[in-house]
Amino acid sequence: MQSLLRRLATDYGMLAVLILLGIVFSGLTLEEQPATDAAAARRVAQAIRRQVPGSARVLVAVRPAPEEGILADSLRREIAAAGMEVADVVRGEPQAVRASLEKIVAAGGRVDAVAATERTGSWLVLTEIKEIFPALGAPPIFVPESYRWPTFLKRDNLLNIANQIAVIAIMAIGMTMVIITGGIDLSVGSLAALSAVTAARLIRDHAGGVEASTVGMVFACIAAIGLCGLLGGLSGTLITLFDIPPFIVTLAMMLVASGLAYLASAGQSIYQIPESFVWLGRGSGLFGLPHAVVLMLLLYGAAHVLMSQTVLGRYLYAVGGNREAARLSGVPVRRVLLLAYVVCGLLAGLGGVIMASQLKSGSPTYGNMYELYVIAAVVVGGTALSGGEGKILGTLIGAFIIAVIQNGMNLTNIESYTQKVVLGLVILAAVLVDRVRHR
Amino acid sequence: MTSDPSAIPLLSMRGIRKSFPGVQALRGVDLDVHAGEVLALLGENGAGKSTLMKVLGGAHRADAGVLEMDGAEVSFGSPQQARAAGIAVIYQEFNLVPGLTAGENIFLGQEVTRAGFVARGEERRRAADLFRRLGVAIDIDTPCSRLTTAQQQLVEIARALARDTRIIVMDEPTAALTAGEVSRLFEIIRDLKSRGIAVIYISHRLDEIFALADRVVVLRDGRNVGTRPLEGLGRTELIKMMVGRELADEYPRRTTIPGPVRLVVSGLCRGKAVRDVSFTVRAGEILAIAGLVGAGRTETLRLIFGADQRHAGDIILDGCKLDIRSPRDAIAAGIGLLTEDRKLQGLVLGQSIRENFALPNLGTLSQFGFIDGRREREAFGRHVDQLRIKVPHQEERARNLSGGNQQKVVLAKWLERDCEILFFDEPTRGIDVGARHEIYLLMNELAAHGKAIVMVSSELPEVLGLADRILVMHEGRITGEIVSGPTVTQEDVMRLAMA
Repeated sequence: MQSLLRRLATDYGMLAVLILLGIVFSGLTLEEQPATDAAAARRVAQAIRRQVPGSARVLVAVRPAPEEGILADSLRREIAAAGMEVADVVRGEPQAVRASLEKIVAAGGRVDAVAATERTGSWLVLTEIKEIFPALGAPPIFVPESYRWPTFLKRDNLLNIANQIAVIAIMAIGMTMVIITGGIDLSVGSLAALSAVTAARLIRDHAGGVEASTVGMVFACIAAIGLCGLLGGLSGTLITLFDIPPFIVTLAMMLVASGLAYLASAGQSIYQIPESFVWLGRGSGLFGLPHAVVLMLLLYGAAHVLMSQTVLGRYLYAVGGNREAARLSGVPVRRVLLLAYVVCGLLAGLGGVIMASQLKSGSPTYGNMYELYVIAAVVVGGTALSGGEGKILGTLIGAFIIAVIQNGMNLTNIESYTQKVVLGLVILAAVLVDRVRHR
Repeated sequence: MTSDPSAIPLLSMRGIRKSFPGVQALRGVDLDVHAGEVLALLGENGAGKSTLMKVLGGAHRADAGVLEMDGAEVSFGSPQQARAAGIAVIYQEFNLVPGLTAGENIFLGQEVTRAGFVARGEERRRAADLFRRLGVAIDIDTPCSRLTTAQQQLVEIARALARDTRIIVMDEPTAALTAGEVSRLFEIIRDLKSRGIAVIYISHRLDEIFALADRVVVLRDGRNVGTRPLEGLGRTELIKMMVGRELADEYPRRTTIPGPVRLVVSGLCRGKAVRDVSFTVRAGEILAIAGLVGAGRTETLRLIFGADQRHAGDIILDGCKLDIRSPRDAIAAGIGLLTEDRKLQGLVLGQSIRENFALPNLGTLSQFGFIDGRREREAFGRHVDQLRIKVPHQEERARNLSGGNQQKVVLAKWLERDCEILFFDEPTRGIDVGARHEIYLLMNELAAHGKAIVMVSSELPEVLGLADRILVMHEGRITGEIVSGPTVTQEDVMRLAMA
């Protein structure tokens, strides 16, 4: 047991960094959060009933945000359950509230209380009802109580983090495999762009554009991903057959793929894609998790099993650790290397398809500089660039570290240029920590 | 100048202790070296010789103990400090920069400068002079990457002599030298002696120690178990001190009678390295291939194993012609190769020994591509017991093992595959007497089971002691075949090796 804990500490030490960052940002974003759940709505309704005698008529006023919409529905239910009447439910800006009040006044109704959020409750149109609509008197405004909780740790924020990093994290799986073999793939960003453009173009030109069927879209995506796998295979072949350093081959491929993406799209964004296409990139389902996040977790699970339990995984580590010794032990070195680059290409293609799905369009500008973030995720996660060691789940942690830092800086209102500097420094620091630990 | 034992020793090490995580390498070692003497340092692998020399050379700081030179206490915080004090260490793994020339490597870290600039002319002159005195015909402008192992060794020695030195430590210096080069080295060492320089000589080759050294220090389990003058010391007694027990036969007796021919190699060619080599090996036979460094022995094995592309030649195993184009093909056919350099070619040092063991065996240890971890651990466990591999657990990184244990892990790899033909290239290089004996017994056992064994070795006693037949190669060709017997001498082999 002790050795297991020690191994966990060495292999996944960056997890401690991630947790530390989470704690830091939680501390920095600790503020009053309004309660928006059903229990809070019930308490508002009961507060109104206690204070307002008789069967009160209540105006519910919230902003258009989905969270507040849920609150409005809960309020409607709880107010009715408490034996009161709902005068109207307004989900909009102050003008909408004003319009609703005008309607009520015109119909001769009355408003005994207002159930609002902290924001809407401070709108002048509600606080100064007596001045604007003298007929309604001065109905008291009831607001759900608030609690202290870090904005960082709110469910929506955490899901946002996961969703934002999903593309980079998925591409980082392939990159981890390539780096473990002692190579590198600089073309992943361009391949993602090419994949997005190819999928979009196939949908627009051959699957029916905006009227495309699901089958057509699926085939388009498979073709796009396949194309990237092929290009990855081309890189791999050049590397293994002619012994050209991976850095050079994939650098060239990066330029070629980017050029092809611009050619295929004529430099424009291709947007003639059906609405249903965003299912992968923007939809959510299982346990409320976005589909892209679910896919990411599934792929990481599969990759982890591959690297730690299968013959292929063992071969990848051996080729990276000592290629000649591996060859003399009968490992099919060329085949293993080729496979690593093909997989990296395929996953870059998948990343591009997800991006196209998120943005409902394919543009050659996608994935710009992504290779750097992908490599950063791999390195921060503990994989050495020299090859032979590293854990797939470590890369997931590395990707999350990058996402957490970006998200945290956004929440704490750090300016975007400063963010870049900070991100670069943090990546350096993370790698340094890892080096020192290993010594 | 002969050393005067009553004089203050040139170097004195007292009570040296050094521990690494999990291992206590030195447990209070005492050692004296006198000017102008050759002190042999003997001990099994893991006994602490390398660690002790690294402490002396400033590469490690001792946990406890005292170093004295000429009676005054010294302390070395870095290799440069040790070098400045006149201690030069030539490690078994060379410290040369492959991209620089021989001449540049000699002065690496000790450049001859004039007003801040490197005095190239002076350096070249001194380098040429050093090589001349060593009797070496190396062009000082050759990049070290193009020199043979033997030549690189000589550059290292020249490097040690380029600056004022009082003690030179040589760690297994003759491992890759020909007999001629060894004699020259001995001459150089005797010359150093006469100039008052002390030489600490680490080697497993007892013949050399008896020929060269004045005194011998034996280390065992991190302690100095005896210092003796070599005059009058018996070989058996020396081995007993090293191993702690008596070794009945240094080379176990061979009793297997060779059976039918299993491997037939004919017309092997690869450029100038291997020229029309043909031979056969029978079941139960140990065939040795002897010759000078560069004769083409390793190259021949590599050709059969598919590690290099052969230009011509046939390989027939048990009557079937094999089409071997890669090591993978050879391994599938039942041939295994234990390489000359286990660290560079035999092991993935960064991985655990269990993973190293499993690498060529994953086919049998897995199902549908998934590795059966339990079967792997059990299989390796059997070999650990059988081969007596001394490790705390299977997850130990290969780089942390001693040379002998590393070699056993490599052997376990091939034993698990149940190879029919095994190639051993310098199987006991850098391995102590005790572990060697175990490996010889294993080779015997494999032969007794009907396997055919081909052994390349530069150690003539080993060749004579173990082989049934000896093939001698010279410049890519087989110059002769000797059937081993009690009347065969080392000279017989050497004559063919230099033909």
